Amino acid sequence: MTAVGGLLTAFTLTALAVVLAIVVPARQRSLASGGASLGVGVAGILTGVAAITSSPTAVVVIPVALPAGIGIDPLLLSPTPLGGVFCVVVGGVGAVAALYGMGYAHGPAASRTGWSAFAVFLLGMLLVASAGDVVSFLLGWETMAIASTVLLLADHAARPAVRSAAVWYAVMTHLSFLSLATGFALLASRAHSTTFTTIAAAHVTGPTGIAAFLALLLGFATKAGLVPLHVWLPRAHPEAPSHVSAVMSAAMVKLGVYGIIVLTSTWLPEVSRWFSLLVLALGVLSGAYGILQASITSDLKRLLAYSTTENVGLAVTAVGVGMLLANADQGPVADVALVAALLLVVSHAAFKTVLFLGAGTILQATGERDLDRLGGLIRTHPVTTWTFGIAAMGAAALPVTSGFAAEWTLLQALVHGDGRANTTLALALPVTLGLMALTIGLGLLTFVKAFGTAFLARPRSEAAASPAPEFTARPSSAARGLAQVIGAAAVIGLGLAVGPVATTFSSVLGYSGTVTSELGGLRLVTIGVLDPYALALVGLGLALPVALLVLVIRRRVPRRQTDVAWGCGGVRTSPRMEYTATSYAEPLVRVFGEALRPTRSLEVSHLEEDHVLENRVAFAQEVTDIVEDRWYAPAASWLRVVGDQARRVQNGSIHRYLGFSFAALVLVLVVTLS
Amino acid sequence: MNPLRLLRLIARTGRFAEPAPPAPTPATGTPVPHALRGSVQVRHVDTGSCNGCEIEIGAAFGGVYDVERYGARLVASPRHADVLAVTGVVTHNMVEPLLRTVEATPRPRLVVAIGDCAHNCGLFAGAYGVAGSVSDFVDVDVEVPGCPPRPEAIVEALRRVTGR
Amino acid sequence: MTATLLVLWQMVVATAFTPLLVGVMRQVRARLEGRVGPGVLQPYRDVRKLLAKEPLRAEGSSLLLIAAPLVLLTSSLMVVALVPLVTTATVPAVPNDLFVVVSILLIGTVALALLGLDAGTAFGGMGSSRHMMIAALVEPTVLMSVYALSVPVGSSTLSKIVVARGADVSRVVTPAGLLAVVALVVVVLAETGRLPVDNPSTHLELTMIHESMILESAGRDLAWLEVGSWLRLTALLGLVVNLALPWGLASDGAPIGLLVAVAALVAKVLVAGALVAAAEVFMAKVRLFKVPELLAGSFVLAFLAVTASYLAG
Repeated sequence: MTAVGGLLTAFTLTALAVVLAIVVPARQRSLASGGASLGVGVAGILTGVAAITSSPTAVVVIPVALPAGIGIDPLLLSPTPLGGVFCVVVGGVGAVAALYGMGYAHGPAASRTGWSAFAVFLLGMLLVASAGDVVSFLLGWETMAIASTVLLLADHAARPAVRSAAVWYAVMTHLSFLSLATGFALLASRAHSTTFTTIAAAHVTGPTGIAAFLALLLGFATKAGLVPLHVWLPRAHPEAPSHVSAVMSAAMVKLGVYGIIVLTSTWLPEVSRWFSLLVLALGVLSGAYGILQASITSDLKRLLAYSTTENVGLAVTAVGVGMLLANADQGPVADVALVAALLLVVSHAAFKTVLFLGAGTILQATGERDLDRLGGLIRTHPVTTWTFGIAAMGAAALPVTSGFAAEWTLLQALVHGDGRANTTLALALPVTLGLMALTIGLGLLTFVKAFGTAFLARPRSEAAASPAPEFTARPSSAARGLAQVIGAAAVIGLGLAVGPVATTFSSVLGYSGTVTSELGGLRLVTIGVLDPYALALVGLGLALPVALLVLVIRRRVPRRQTDVAWGCGGVRTSPRMEYTATSYAEPLVRVFGEALRPTRSLEVSHLEEDHVLENRVAFAQEVTDIVEDRWYAPAASWLRVVGDQARRVQNGSIHRYLGFSFAALVLVLVVTLS
Repeated sequence: MNPLRLLRLIARTGRFAEPAPPAPTPATGTPVPHALRGSVQVRHVDTGSCNGCEIEIGAAFGGVYDVERYGARLVASPRHADVLAVTGVVTHNMVEPLLRTVEATPRPRLVVAIGDCAHNCGLFAGAYGVAGSVSDFVDVDVEVPGCPPRPEAIVEALRRVTGR
Repeated sequence: MTATLLVLWQMVVATAFTPLLVGVMRQVRARLEGRVGPGVLQPYRDVRKLLAKEPLRAEGSSLLLIAAPLVLLTSSLMVVALVPLVTTATVPAVPNDLFVVVSILLIGTVALALLGLDAGTAFGGMGSSRHMMIAALVEPTVLMSVYALSVPVGSSTLSKIVVARGADVSRVVTPAGLLAVVALVVVVLAETGRLPVDNPSTHLELTMIHESMILESAGRDLAWLEVGSWLRLTALLGLVVNLALPWGLASDGAPIGLLVAVAALVAKVLVAGALVAAAEVFMAKVRLFKVPELLAGSFVLAFLAVTASYLAG
């Protein structure tokens, strides 16, 4: 199938999904429309594969005629190989999420609006990844934004937090749209064309170029969720239905990364050279801050959302490192860094999908999102435990998952950059390495906490003690289980197949010779070799004699079952005495107190009769996002003040309003006639 | 104390552990499991002691009598233990914890009752808080009489278990 | 084939030697404290006894109680196979790249942390939380110090670093090398749970980090956990001494070379272990919330090592 065929199939299936969502009654709606959305995802994968493997030949061209001869080139949908990679990511994540949604969507998420918006959301993302000109890019972007806002609002009647999350999300995504539109307008005005190839060929530089770069970077950084523009992510992603959260986290934010890569490599490569440190700083800061916030929160979905910020930060760090190394004329290592960026994108898409789907299963089974109230699910939910566990290993970058392979590649690029002749590199590379190592370490803690608190030990609340069963006789639970298993298989599969995957990325980016695969492993020429199969074989080879030893010994010394865990012989042990997620992260809150600024309140009330004796002590600790507190809250209140002042202009007097119209007319005449 | 002074003190003091007495004759009564030869982990359980026996146990495990040289070691969790060293009468509140501690200890295990209180409630027999002696609730394998028993007696009892 | 046999030889030697190292360390500590001590062979007796004890399983515990000790042991065996202890040869297709070794160490760390959480007790969770926090804060120093050592060599493969340092004495006695080794010593103390980060012989649960995660394990589970931890100690100590004194490792299968390598490893690691144990006599455990300061200090040393290695090269 060609790329064009794939796109046309995607369009058709989206239309079919919308029609099915509207027509089919509620009981079969999820299966029908979800199935069609699954088809959209698969079509996306096929489009991407076609775009990667063959050079773009046929394209979808939609001629557009606008009045007054405004110069806009025909809309072009021609995915480049790089766009194809992101089509595969979007399609894959969308397909798995749709499969899960078929068995999961309930209530407003399974309504006509819900399923129509889901299909349109997937289509919008595919449009962005395959757009060949400014207008189709922005159209896809806006479709994506509106559809995701609609999906986010699914539960608004049930929870007030959803409304505020949707407002934050809508405002920030449209600010990013404005920023992108400004940037593109600047580029298009200089290149006299809206087609990306012409813009790239125009080599825009100078002040216009810098302004366009900054505007576009701002727009893409907001969508990607980089600090300090990330504040919408931990609000919006937890409130959406879980399969939608998966698509938002695993696919949508990647399009921000796609934009940054295309911006720095194709559209404005010369201008980007000046800003490589800025991109690197954004990435490193997002990685460290994101994982720090993730490690201390006890809301599972908020933890996953902040972890998305961290991973996007790592991908952008890789891009920044690549740019920095390319500036220093260390081409081969720079290529490796950019391949690492793509590997990070793909690996994160795989494990984040599974993590969010697992969170959805937990939410559906127990009604709880708070890790402090979960526990013991390993006994009732084996499939979710295993898939969440594998995905958590991927998030923590343990061998042999995709996360490990991706981070290994980035670390190789960092370590092999030569800082001896170049002071910028000599400072930037070690600092990046140090912060990245801290990010990796905190990521380990975060996912040990998430997995351990949710699945191990004993349930910490009534709701978790009697969860809904994982598998019922209905096909919906099979759909859920299958989606999670496919995702987990992708996490391991991408880790084992890192050689061919990285080689594909290398050719997509136009490099040759720096990345090859041998025996299925990954060889970075003159840098290093990673063979996950060999690693896995060695591990299994060592596990075998250990297992044999165990089998021999357990015959002679069998295991005894006892009743309680050892708790100092106490008679009143209860699940309340277990460590919770909040307690797990408490040392970190203390250590990073300056960066987190927790607010603590202590209220002591004394007895009426005796002012010395205490009656009640209440302690509360809250950690909020300091970027939101320090920057956004004052900005929002300032805007409110300005808005209140501006209302004075609307005093109801018709004379004033006529005066405004007249003044505007005069201004327009002056501008056009001069 | 600064490291140099400490180093000088160590050099001056040298070894202050008492020389090892002759190995005790194998005990009659409960045979010691062969698996525990040479290495014994001891978990101390105070079921209602006046702490006199604890001071003597502390002395036995300390530098002067050094029962560690015979392979015995104190551990924190009964799951890690081979020998439960029980001291004191068994008070009402400690009956269930004692039973749970013994249950939590993997076999082969031994219960060593240290002191007269553990043997027959000693001075406190008949007091209102006392539920009984240790052998009223669990099977006792070794007894170390005395009020309190001398550290040498405790060391000898443990040497009977380790066989060193 | 030769390389695989060399690695197997290294694993056998290291596994057989590990309890001896622990015994020597405990014995040195005992003698310095004026006691007699149980003898250097006591850890062998302890493991033999543990294998004969019955393991327990409490109501409400999961598969992790059985699996986590085995995962820790297997990951420790892998680390021992990869780190250059006796030989600089590596299993074909698995070069002992630093990041691979660190990741495999982290598998063991995670297995232990999950075991602590699975116990479902306050102690287990506490130890697990502190253990992961220290692992997270020690990561930057680990990567940074081996980065410093890899800059002159141009590769992060541990074998190549050790071989390059061994070939040229002037590379060993450099400011960068010294700073990196000192930073790595702090890393080893933190990762293996020695003073001043964690007291390996404490009985107070509130002061435990490593011990509290294994309070629930008995019998052979405990044996795997102990041996796994001891192997990590041997591997990390062996790595540090081989980076500091990179001589005596076998590169091919010559029998004389193998024996010399074993003797060299035993001598170097026993001396290093004895020094660590002797230092422990003079130190008290640092408060938990001072440990990040200690680790930050070691990170600064490692960072200085990196800048020094850039200036020198």
